[in-house]
Amino acid sequence: MKVKQLSLFVENRPGQLMIPCQILADAGISIQTLSLADTDQFGILRLIVKEWEAAKKVLEEAGCVVTVTDMVAVEVPDHPGGLAKVLKEMEHSGVNVEYMYAFTCKRGDRAILLFRFDNPDLALSKMAGHPLSAITCDCLNGCFD
Amino acid sequence: MPAPLVPNVIFDPAETLPRPDLEALQLARLRRTVDHVRRAPFFQRELAARGLTGDSLRSLDDVRRLPFTVKENLRAHYPLDLLAVPREDLARIHGSSGTTGTPTFVAYTAKDLDTWSGLCARFLRAGGLSPAHTVQISFGYGLFTGGFGLHYGAEMVGAAILPAAAGNTDRQIQLLKDIGADALVCTPSYALTIAETMKKQGVSPGDLNLSLGFFGAEPWTEDMRVEIEKELGILAFNNYGLSEVIGPGVSGECPYRDGMHVQEDNFIIECLDPETLEPVPDGELGELVITTINKEAMPFLRYRTRDIARLNHEPCPCGRTGVRMSRVTGRSDDMLIIRGVNIFPSQIEEALLRIEGVAPHYQIIVDRPGYLDELTVRVEIRPDSFSDEMRVMQQLRDRIARRVQTVTGVRCAIELAPPETLARFEGKAKRVVDRRLSKGGL
Repeated sequence: MKVKQLSLFVENRPGQLMIPCQILADAGISIQTLSLADTDQFGILRLIVKEWEAAKKVLEEAGCVVTVTDMVAVEVPDHPGGLAKVLKEMEHSGVNVEYMYAFTCKRGDRAILLFRFDNPDLALSKMAGHPLSAITCDCLNGCFD
Repeated sequence: MPAPLVPNVIFDPAETLPRPDLEALQLARLRRTVDHVRRAPFFQRELAARGLTGDSLRSLDDVRRLPFTVKENLRAHYPLDLLAVPREDLARIHGSSGTTGTPTFVAYTAKDLDTWSGLCARFLRAGGLSPAHTVQISFGYGLFTGGFGLHYGAEMVGAAILPAAAGNTDRQIQLLKDIGADALVCTPSYALTIAETMKKQGVSPGDLNLSLGFFGAEPWTEDMRVEIEKELGILAFNNYGLSEVIGPGVSGECPYRDGMHVQEDNFIIECLDPETLEPVPDGELGELVITTINKEAMPFLRYRTRDIARLNHEPCPCGRTGVRMSRVTGRSDDMLIIRGVNIFPSQIEEALLRIEGVAPHYQIIVDRPGYLDELTVRVEIRPDSFSDEMRVMQQLRDRIARRVQTVTGVRCAIELAPPETLARFEGKAKRVVDRRLSKGGL
């Protein structure tokens, strides 16, 4: 399942992370999950939100630099071996993982993995028909492509 | 060999004097100038203190024994105390606007005016202006040397002059359309203003008769030239001068347009390290220092222009023998010394402009946290160059750092800043923050 991710450039200084979060809060947009990659000087904030188009609009209007990336969301049982199983599926496909992050949804027994593949369409085609490709949890409703 | 952009016409045979003859002429004129300039009490004192007379100069290298003249000397002798001729011999007085301090005045005898017109005629002719042309002069006419300098230069070429003067851009465009000038003279930034206004009015270069432009009086870049040439449909030529030395006409481009030929029969030009005041080799940036050797009213010895440029003594295919100078790339007043290396903010700007994904907005921060200077450049990224991948962003940062290091020779830290976060400047930009100064040690 493809999911839209918003990436934001943030400087690594106190208060900088709060700015986009406050903008989204003021717009009533809820963040489903996020990941922060950082260096000593700047960071890249990656967000999965419902209504990503509206979120992008308010962030850009406020002067943020936003890019949209296709992520692949995979739902796995939240127990040992869940991630390994997915990676194994990808092992022989030649698809590379640029980065990934995960979150568990409220029901607690499932985890959602978010992959940034170098070739998301190829990754999806490899997963087609596989039980991994279905997302049964509704926590990503509205985040999909 | 590259082709000339316009027919290569030499206005004055002095432009192609063989180097030995040129240098012999320079030495003779330098000696005469040193004796002549003593009529101004300031120079009399300076030269007497060093025991220098015209006769004591044995070779051109001896120019380095002469005292420097700086802008402050002019201010201290306000308004006209540096004259080397009686006041009644003056034919014209010009002045600088005083944007960097009190205004200063410069003066000309009738012979000086004739010399000056000839110098302007040389570079106008070299850039393709012919007696058959009409030239619209959109420089200010007044104390500023640009308008009158180019006016009488174009007149000496034999062209028809439309003295439009600066300002009222709508009217400038109307004149370009109605009178149909072949050549435009103004500042490069005003040329861009005219081009921009034309676009808004729906006037295309095809509606005009312009084929040439002569731009100067402020530093500009190759990118600006490309823009001006495209938007106005012309060939644009650069020229250089400053009122303290004579005005426009110190140097100008030839049809090969690879540097500006200095009119060395009138000026001795040096390119010096602004800190050590030692000459720098060809191709290296230094401060231009100019001695006038063919002026009557107000000759200057070794005037420190504060303009930073490079010299090139290679022969030019056009046959002009005057040394070529590059564009002015900065001011020595802005020079930074980082770990003993001279750096000009303009060098860093030049490096940044050549990197894709970077906006021309930056800030230079110099600090000395311990004993060593640290150079940090904050650069705005462009929205389209931002990536969600850390690897891509770090590559961009490394590319900028390498580029700046190659140009300046100094290792620096690059900080990426979000778009439109760094200060914008109207007019003279203040892009350097030197924290060493506030720590009291330099």
